[in-house]
Amino acid sequence: MEAIDLDLDENELELPAEPMHLNMGPSHPAMHGTVRIVLELSGETIVKSDVQIGYLHRGFEKMCERGTWAQVFPYVDRLNYVSPMLNNVGYALAVEKMCEIQVPDRCQWYRMILGELARISDHLTCTGAMAMELGAFTPFLWFIKAREMVWDILEEETGARLTHAFGRIGGMAQPPTPALKEMCRVALSAILKLVEDGEGMLLKNRIFIDRLENIGNISGADAIALSWTGPCLRASGVAYDVRKCHPYLKYDEIDWDMPVGKNGDNLDRFLIRLAEIRQSARIILQSCDRMADDGPVHAKDPRVILPPKSNVYTTIEGTIQHFKLIMEGAKVPAGECYSYTEAGNGELGFYLVSDGSGTPYRVRVRPPCFPITGGLSKLINGNMLSDIVPTFGSLNMIGGECDH
Amino acid sequence: MSERVLQVLKDKFGDAIVETHSAWGDDTAVVNASQWKEVCAFLRHDPQMGFDMLVDLCGVDYPDRDPRIEIVAHLYSVARRHRVRVKARVGNAEMASAEIDSITEIWPGADWFERETYDLMGVTFKGHPDLRRILLYPEFEGHPLLKDYPANKTQPLIPYRTEEEAGVPLDKLAPFRADEGMSFGRRVWSRGES
Amino acid sequence: MGELKSDAGGAVAGGPRTVTLDSGSTSGFATTKIDALLNWARKWSLFKYPFVTACCGMEFMALTSPRFDGSARFGAEAPRFSPRQSDLLWVVGTISQRQAPALKRIYEQMMEPKWVFAFGTCASTGGFYDNYTTLPGIDKIIPCDIYIPGCPPRPEAVIDGLMLLQDKITRGDRTPGIVKPREDPATLIQLRRSREEA
Repeated sequence: MEAIDLDLDENELELPAEPMHLNMGPSHPAMHGTVRIVLELSGETIVKSDVQIGYLHRGFEKMCERGTWAQVFPYVDRLNYVSPMLNNVGYALAVEKMCEIQVPDRCQWYRMILGELARISDHLTCTGAMAMELGAFTPFLWFIKAREMVWDILEEETGARLTHAFGRIGGMAQPPTPALKEMCRVALSAILKLVEDGEGMLLKNRIFIDRLENIGNISGADAIALSWTGPCLRASGVAYDVRKCHPYLKYDEIDWDMPVGKNGDNLDRFLIRLAEIRQSARIILQSCDRMADDGPVHAKDPRVILPPKSNVYTTIEGTIQHFKLIMEGAKVPAGECYSYTEAGNGELGFYLVSDGSGTPYRVRVRPPCFPITGGLSKLINGNMLSDIVPTFGSLNMIGGECDH
Repeated sequence: MSERVLQVLKDKFGDAIVETHSAWGDDTAVVNASQWKEVCAFLRHDPQMGFDMLVDLCGVDYPDRDPRIEIVAHLYSVARRHRVRVKARVGNAEMASAEIDSITEIWPGADWFERETYDLMGVTFKGHPDLRRILLYPEFEGHPLLKDYPANKTQPLIPYRTEEEAGVPLDKLAPFRADEGMSFGRRVWSRGES
Repeated sequence: MGELKSDAGGAVAGGPRTVTLDSGSTSGFATTKIDALLNWARKWSLFKYPFVTACCGMEFMALTSPRFDGSARFGAEAPRFSPRQSDLLWVVGTISQRQAPALKRIYEQMMEPKWVFAFGTCASTGGFYDNYTTLPGIDKIIPCDIYIPGCPPRPEAVIDGLMLLQDKITRGDRTPGIVKPREDPATLIQLRRSREEA
């Protein structure tokens, strides 16, 4: 039998290479259920990509215009639902900035402890989920186990595992429980041990490292131009952390370091988050030492703080004050204000506009995830299809926050 | 420090700066909409200003004012660590002429922020490379963050099931009866409510 | 052939009176209805399709994690991210109007018999997102078997829901069910107060 391909020249032997269109998401396990990426592929290389969000748009900003200022707290919880306490604190600080309220020292330490616990939970979930999406299931289970310990503390403090709605304008809902410091000290050592174990499993794994290293690089200047903040920006070597650069609460009185990366690749983003867990633990332990065991957790400001229940039930003044605060809401001075804090993913800003009534005129949230996800397209173009999963995982896109 | 930014802006642009004010540590400059891009480019590229990060861009609707929409941008300089807020006012009561120059050439990060403002507020950004809806679906009509859009006016993409299709009275499917759970309950969705 | 009606047989398949144990045989065998046997097999091998969108996904992770191990103990551990291979659709989190067509399509792609979980208040009713973009409960577009209230529900409530579903599969009951607190909250508060006083 004679060969039939001898007369063909090389070009004819190649398969027709048309760009292929592929739809990834929204219900793709690695897309967190809320992001759809439409890809144009050449072989396995991504030529063009269109990241589409909005599958979890829940109308946060519209809902806030319907209640009182205090009724925004439950909605804020569900923005970044991995670290709700940071959002609570951020929103409370924003309203307090407008009302010119300074909360007592004890409350500030308390907010820092709870906030940093939430940050640990955020980073554990992000790194754990990222590892799971790459096939490393055991570290994920360990990190979730550590997260349960964080949640145990938060549940003991606030009564809810996940969505606490614990912040209040001018304080916190309840004073710290007597066991808080002890719980933190015990849990943190166990959590750090689990983190160390998980880290050891992942960072000695050649497959894991190969899939992260030098994938999804972004330079510091590019990251700034894309409005990135938080761990993703710091991984690119830009030392910007709201807690260091514009300290709020008591962050300037605490001894802690800001981890900064070099390459801005997936591995750096992964390592920064693990390093931040350790720094958060340092902050919590120091805050525990410095928080007073008793004292008020509320600002003494009858404009915004509910009277004690005993007064509400026994005195007419208390009843009226309670009624006014609940039915009309705390009056916030007219004007506009932008307040920013460091949330799990970066700068969480609240731009509030008040018309002087008890209802917010406009609550604009500046979600850190939103611009970060906006830059995803730049990171994955030119890479392989399978690089999407670690890159997307390392950005820690949180649907509730990104889609408002 | 940022108050100096406002002074420089006033000296440089004169009438283009409609007003400036400072409250709660935030400094605001309201810019004439026609010179929006020019002022932004100055803030980005001038070595004294150096606002290299567009932190946020959003819109606020004031239906009783003319122009009704305020475009609000928050800028930050990572090196100098100062902030400023610039605003521009566009659009009349019918949302005509609600358009402004896009600043995506100055800050690439403005891309999604401008798409979001277009989606929820209905402001057109001239020169934006890809102005589509981002949070809502293309079939959606109207712009929900305008104050005159009813908060609970849904525009379903697929028709809801009727009771005949479901085979069970759908009211019984409600997890909470009127006498249990949240007092405000669920909205009666099938009665043609707006 | 001394046929014995065995109530204990209910543990093997279905409820009482569906299984007949033959005690006369040396090897021992049981007879039952084919439906009951199928339902017994189905209820212990629910392949789940997690349609995870929002906050409830965090509790969903906690549910599958070592502490609660909420799905493996009930034969519902293995997730299948292809709707054609799964028979239990977990709708975990808020479904927006934009997401609704995707959810409906996935439901239609699943093979019969199939069951649907509404995990959390948002999936059940839309929750407190009563607005222009949120679907007021997945039962507006697809049938739903079990509603698990909570924002998000605790893993214990989800385990309750899973057991309720197994019970319904056994009985062949397709009417929607709701997970309710086993204890009256008022009793729990009294109990807690009496403990605090003691």
